[in-house]
Amino acid sequence: MKLVSPLVTSAKNLSTEHTFETKPSLMHRAETEPSATVSLTRDDALKLYRRMQTIRRMETAAGNLYKEKAIRGFCHLYSGQEANCVGMKAALIEGDSVITAYRCHGWTYEMGAAPKEVLAELTGKVSGCARGKGGSMHMYAPNFYGGNGIVGAQCPMGAGIALAHKYNKTGNVCLTLYGDGAANQGQLFEAMNMAALWDLPVIFICENNHYGMGTAVSRSSHNTDYYTRGDLIQGIKVDGMDVLAVREATRWAAEQCRNGNGPVVMETETYRYSGHSMSDPGTSYRTRAEIQEVRQNRDPITSFRDKILGADLVTADELKEMDTEIRKEIDDAVHAAKTDPEIGMEHLSYDIYSDDLGHNMVRGVSPFVQLPHKVTGQAVNRK
Amino acid sequence: MSSIRSIARHLKPGLRVLGFNKGVLGSVRNAAHFTYFPDTVSEAQGETTRMNLFQSVNSALDTALATDSTAVIFGEDVGFGGVFRCTIGLQDKHGKDRVFNTPLCEQGIAAFGIGLAAAGATAIAEIQFADYIFPAFDQIVNEAAKFRYRSGGLFNCGKLTIRAPCSAVGHGALYHSQSPEAFFAHVPGIKVVIPRGPIKAKGLLLACIRDPNPCIFFEPKVLYRSAVEEVPVSDYTETIGKADVLVEGDDVTLIGWGTQVHVLREVADLAAERLNVSCEVIDLVSILPWDRDTVFKSVCKTGRCLISHEAPLTGGFGAELAASIQTDCFLNLEAPVQRVTGHDTPFPHVHEPFYMPTKWRCLEAVKKLVNY
Repeated sequence: MKLVSPLVTSAKNLSTEHTFETKPSLMHRAETEPSATVSLTRDDALKLYRRMQTIRRMETAAGNLYKEKAIRGFCHLYSGQEANCVGMKAALIEGDSVITAYRCHGWTYEMGAAPKEVLAELTGKVSGCARGKGGSMHMYAPNFYGGNGIVGAQCPMGAGIALAHKYNKTGNVCLTLYGDGAANQGQLFEAMNMAALWDLPVIFICENNHYGMGTAVSRSSHNTDYYTRGDLIQGIKVDGMDVLAVREATRWAAEQCRNGNGPVVMETETYRYSGHSMSDPGTSYRTRAEIQEVRQNRDPITSFRDKILGADLVTADELKEMDTEIRKEIDDAVHAAKTDPEIGMEHLSYDIYSDDLGHNMVRGVSPFVQLPHKVTGQAVNRK
Repeated sequence: MSSIRSIARHLKPGLRVLGFNKGVLGSVRNAAHFTYFPDTVSEAQGETTRMNLFQSVNSALDTALATDSTAVIFGEDVGFGGVFRCTIGLQDKHGKDRVFNTPLCEQGIAAFGIGLAAAGATAIAEIQFADYIFPAFDQIVNEAAKFRYRSGGLFNCGKLTIRAPCSAVGHGALYHSQSPEAFFAHVPGIKVVIPRGPIKAKGLLLACIRDPNPCIFFEPKVLYRSAVEEVPVSDYTETIGKADVLVEGDDVTLIGWGTQVHVLREVADLAAERLNVSCEVIDLVSILPWDRDTVFKSVCKTGRCLISHEAPLTGGFGAELAASIQTDCFLNLEAPVQRVTGHDTPFPHVHEPFYMPTKWRCLEAVKKLVNY
């Protein structure tokens, strides 16, 4: 991370640390709870702000690229939900893993991919994090198992990843994210049962943005208290628009898992500004006034900005300078995402199997046309 | 569109297309890979309205609800019209108790429909994309298809119809492009139907809804807006299990379904124009059951057959057709049956144009057939 010039910081007497009161979390069958009083250092304030703002800019750029038809097909924006991935990632330790669904751009960035790798993946370019072979919903990074296209299908996988952590005694946890829509998929309940039965270090996290595609939670779910839906599994509901509350809740939940008290079900109360995907204007099932209200009063970035400025942790000039840097970084990423080449056509038939299939060929088009198969590299999860 | 076609005309057929320079590739990538050939109806079928595929599906569903008081429609987001607008206006017209949203749970949707149909209601379920049908695979294969058989004919869920948008759309990538018909062709007890356009879709969908067996109705999503025809406003059904001979010819039989029918019609034109070869084009219409008589009659006449589908080659439904044709038409065959299909790869993202069984690849196969 690039830090701002010390001259600017010394110009004003800035605090190095500050405590904030967050909205208390709601708890379900839990014996302990995270503290609502949260301490934030100046460095962390700058870092959290930078990361949320980068995601916001990146998603705005992605939306524009889509409108320019540089991105085709599917594109699910994270704008409004930034405090979730940024807060959660800030609570993780080396080796913790994450798996999520298709609203994955922010998470991909958090887990180590540069904005350029995210945007270039969206435009299907070789510099994308999956070299353009996945596209919008399929992005990966070390310890980040994607980016999954099928609603809810990632949940049992998350339990499996957690079992590996437990079996290998890594002391790590797996964050398994899904939305309020996927919360009604049967697979999730199968996964929760296994996780509870075997005390797996997994945090099932429902990012509740209130709409599963176009259907409001009250019209899709019998029980909209998603943090209680693990039955006997302890649950926590946190303000998903407050990055500090999310960080503390995730720390608490991870601690439970690391101490052998997992799994945990966590719900974040959040909101998406855009439609479900680019083909959904997002205004046919909710009012513009509702979206505007959240933007004005609960925006995760604006509220965090006000908070850290008010506490004298940072100066407005610092944030302004940072915004300029971020804009430049995203502009460069957009340029690369537009101009970088696509992957070679021979990759069409690569990486289907783990080896050369014995005959090194994939059947294609007709029985007489064979395409070469090849494994292009070592998978990051198989070291 | 015409400019794209003129560019395409300069391409060398087959795999050499792949060497094409990136700049032009960009424009080709976003173009439709087919030209739509609309159907027409005779005046005897009465009043018609201009409809695209999603409107004709909507018309069929509207008719089903109006003519059958037990009919209900359910699925993800169908209440406000569905992601492809197929159910638009139906909730307002027929009520929230008859057209309603379900949670995001495909296995539940299918199973709920089976129960509903078993209890006597006409259940019309929508799976938002055919690619999402796999969580419901168990329910369809093990519950729906076998209900009648395992109860010795005492129970069935024949009033169930599952609709799902399928096939390539130009930019759908891995999970919004697949053609899973062959998986279901392997399941005795269900019917599998794929229309090629609005007129067929309305009649076939109504036929599926009224058929006393559980049916799966795959709608090629690229046709929802691009396929426009004059569709009869009346209530009519088409026969399930009956293939259509769309173009008559003497030299080669071309068999496809859904969008691919239109690719094959262009192939027939190209073959006539460039190779002086007369092709007979058959839309199989129904995958299960499929029209053996029409197919065998045609192949016995031409002696040569090309089958083309978007799904991968290995285990695609073309394999079943090819095997059956070699058994029943063996002495009439002048060349081995050819298949031109998607590759044995996952449905690709940026590589979609290279994956498709394009007219040029099909034309190459026609050449092979006649030069064998």
